[in-house]
Amino acid sequence: MTLTESPQSTAHARALVLAGVLDARGAPELAKRVRKRLPPKKSKLVLDLSAVTAIDSAGTATLVDVWRLGHARGFAVELAGVQPDVLKSLQEFRVTVTVPPPAALPGFFESLGATAWGAVNAVGGFLVLAADTTVGAVQSLFTPGRMRWAAYFRESSVMGSQALGIVGLITFLIGLTLAFQSAYQLRQFGAAIYVASLTAISMVREMGPLITAILVAGRSGSSITSEVATMKVGEEIDAMQVMGIPFVDYVAVPKMLAMVTMMPLLTIIADLLGILGGWIVGMVYLDIAPKPYLQKTIDALVTKDLVTGLFKSFVFAWGIALIGLYHGIGVRGGAQEVGKATTASVVSAIFFIIVADSIFSIIFYVVMA
Amino acid sequence: MTTAKTKPESDVVVEVRGLTVRYGSNTVLKHVDMTVHQGEIRVILGGSGSGKTTLFKGILGLTDVAAGHVAILGQKTQNLPEKQRDRLMQRIGVLFQNGALFGSLTVGENVALPLREHRRLPEGAIAELVRMKLAQVDLGHAENLYPSELSGGMRKRAGLARALALDPEILFCDEPSAGLDPLTSADLDRLILTLRDRLKMTVVIVTHELASIKAVADSLLMIGGGKVIAEGPMAKVRAQGIAAVDEFFARKARTVARQDTSVAELFGLKPAKGGA
Ligand SMILES: Nc1ncnc2c1ncn2[C@@H]1O[C@H](COP(=O)(O)OP(=O)(O)OP(=O)(O)O)[C@@H](O)[C@H]1O
Ligand SMILES: [Mg+2]
Repeated sequence: MTLTESPQSTAHARALVLAGVLDARGAPELAKRVRKRLPPKKSKLVLDLSAVTAIDSAGTATLVDVWRLGHARGFAVELAGVQPDVLKSLQEFRVTVTVPPPAALPGFFESLGATAWGAVNAVGGFLVLAADTTVGAVQSLFTPGRMRWAAYFRESSVMGSQALGIVGLITFLIGLTLAFQSAYQLRQFGAAIYVASLTAISMVREMGPLITAILVAGRSGSSITSEVATMKVGEEIDAMQVMGIPFVDYVAVPKMLAMVTMMPLLTIIADLLGILGGWIVGMVYLDIAPKPYLQKTIDALVTKDLVTGLFKSFVFAWGIALIGLYHGIGVRGGAQEVGKATTASVVSAIFFIIVADSIFSIIFYVVMA
Repeated sequence: MTTAKTKPESDVVVEVRGLTVRYGSNTVLKHVDMTVHQGEIRVILGGSGSGKTTLFKGILGLTDVAAGHVAILGQKTQNLPEKQRDRLMQRIGVLFQNGALFGSLTVGENVALPLREHRRLPEGAIAELVRMKLAQVDLGHAENLYPSELSGGMRKRAGLARALALDPEILFCDEPSAGLDPLTSADLDRLILTLRDRLKMTVVIVTHELASIKAVADSLLMIGGGKVIAEGPMAKVRAQGIAAVDEFFARKARTVARQDTSVAELFGLKPAKGGA
C-alpha cells in the first residue's frame, strides 16, 4: 500500500490518497500518519480510496479507529472513491458506535466494604464446610454403614502408598543433609556422636511432619482441588444436589478421612528414613559404630516428641484436605478456572502448614515446656 | 374418574413468582413469573445470555435467589427441611447441559446411582432397570463405558437415562438437543413426547432449537433481558403478534435489537447496487 498527501489538501480539508491493498501490513502507516499531524477541530479529513483494490478486517478496523479519533477530537472523516469490492467489505464488518460508558468506579469505602463482606463470606463458607466435613467424618466412623469404604480405600491408596516413594526419598536425603551439616560443626568439639540426637530430634519434631505435609499438599491437596473443581465445572455437584446425594458424604468425607489417616503413617515412615539417612552419615563419614549411634538416637527421643509430631501431621492433613475441598467447590466459570483454583489451593495449604507449625512449636516447646 | 376438578389450582406443578437473581450488581432475572401445568411440555426460550439457564437453576434451587419463590408439586422449595427436600427432588429428574455424569463411574453405574441411593431394590432388579433405561435412550451398548469415552450426544442421552431412573413426575432439561445432529435430536423429541403421553410426565425444557420447539412444545415462556416477554400455550402466544416472538419463529433471528452498524453506514456510504 502507498500513502501520499493529496496536492488538493487545504488547512480545513486534508486529503490522503491511498493505493493498493489496505491490510494489516499497510494499515499501521495510515494510523501513524493521521496521528502524527492531527487535523484541527472542525476540519475534514478525506481518505481517497479510489486506488485501493482490497481491504481486510485490519484495514477496516483502522478506518474505524481513525473515525473514532475524529469523533473524539472533533474532525470529520470521509471516504472518497470507494470501489465496489471495498464497499462490500465495509458493509460486511460491523461496529458498535456508542460504547457504553464504563461503570462508575466504586468509592473507597464502598469497595472496602465489598472486600470486607467478601472476606466475611469466604470465612463463613470455609467454616461451614469445615464443620460439615469434620462432623460427617466423625459420624461415619461411628456409623460404618454410611461410609463409602470403596472410595476411602481408593483415596488412601493414592494418598498413602503411592506417596511412599517420594516422601521416603526426600526425607532420607534431608536426614542425610542434616547429619552432614551438623557433623561438620560438632566434630570440632569432639561431639560427633551428638549428630545422632540432633538428627533424631529435628526429624521427629519438625522435619518429618513438615516435609511430609508439604509434599502431600503438593501431591494430594492439589488433586483434591482439581477433582472437585472439575466436578463443579461439569455441573456434577449440581446434579448430586438435585439427586439428593450429599456431596459431603460422597466426596468430602472419604477424602478427608483418607488424608488424616494416611498422613501420620507417612510421617512415621518419613521420621524413620530421615534417621536412617543420619545413621549412614554417622557410620560412613563419622566412623561411629552402628550400635552406639542407635542408642544415642533412642536416648534423645522422648515420647512427647513422637506424639506432638504425629499430632501436628494429623492437623496438617485436616487442613490440607479442607483447603483442597474449599478451593474446589469455590470454582466459578469454565475449565480454565480449575488450574487457578489448584494453584491457589497448594499455596494456601503450604501457608497454613508453616503458620500452624510455628504456632505448634510455641505451644509445645514454650508454653508446655 | 372424578367428574370435575376439585381445585382449579391443583394441576399446577411448577410455580415461579417474582424470581429475581443477581450476580453482583448485575440483575439477571427480574421478577420472573411462570406457571407450568401437569402433563404439559413447556419450552423456555430466549436469546443467548437472556437468563434461561439462570432461571433453570433458580427453579431447582441451585442458585442464590434475591427475591421471589418457587413451588414444585405444591411445595415451596426455599427453606424446605432437608428430608422433605430430598423426597421432593426424587420426584423430579434433571438433565444438565452436558449430561453432568460422574466421571469416576461407568454409564451403567451413573444410572444405577439414584436407584441405589433412594430405592431398596435387589441388585438384579437394579441391573435390569439400568438396562431398560439405557435401551430407552438407545445406549444399551454403552453400559460399561466411562463418560470420557462417550461423544457429546451420548453423554446427554446417558444423562437423560439417569434423570429418568426414578420415574420422575417432572423432567427438567437444559438444552437437550444443542450439539446433536438433526436425526438424534428428532429421536430425543420423540422420546420426550412418549414420556409425556405414556407416563403423563411434565417436561420443562430450555432450548433454542426451532425444529425441536415446533415438534414438542405445548406452551412457551419467552425470556429476554431477564424479563418474561410472553408466556402461555404455543398457539396463543404466537397469535399475540409480539415482535420478539415473531422474529424468533420467522427466522430464528436474534431477539435483541442490533446495536451495531456496518462500517459503510458509519462513513455514510450508500449500499452497493445489485451486483458488482
Ligand atoms: N456465575 C455467574 N456469574 C456472573 N454472571 C453470570 C453467571 N452466570 C450467568 N451470568 C450472567 O447472567 C446472564 C444470563 O446467563 P444465562 O446463563 O442464564 O444465559 P442463557 O439464557 O442460558 O444463555 P445461553 O443460551 O447462551 O446458554 C448472562 O449475562 C451472564 O453473563
Ligand atoms: Mg444456558
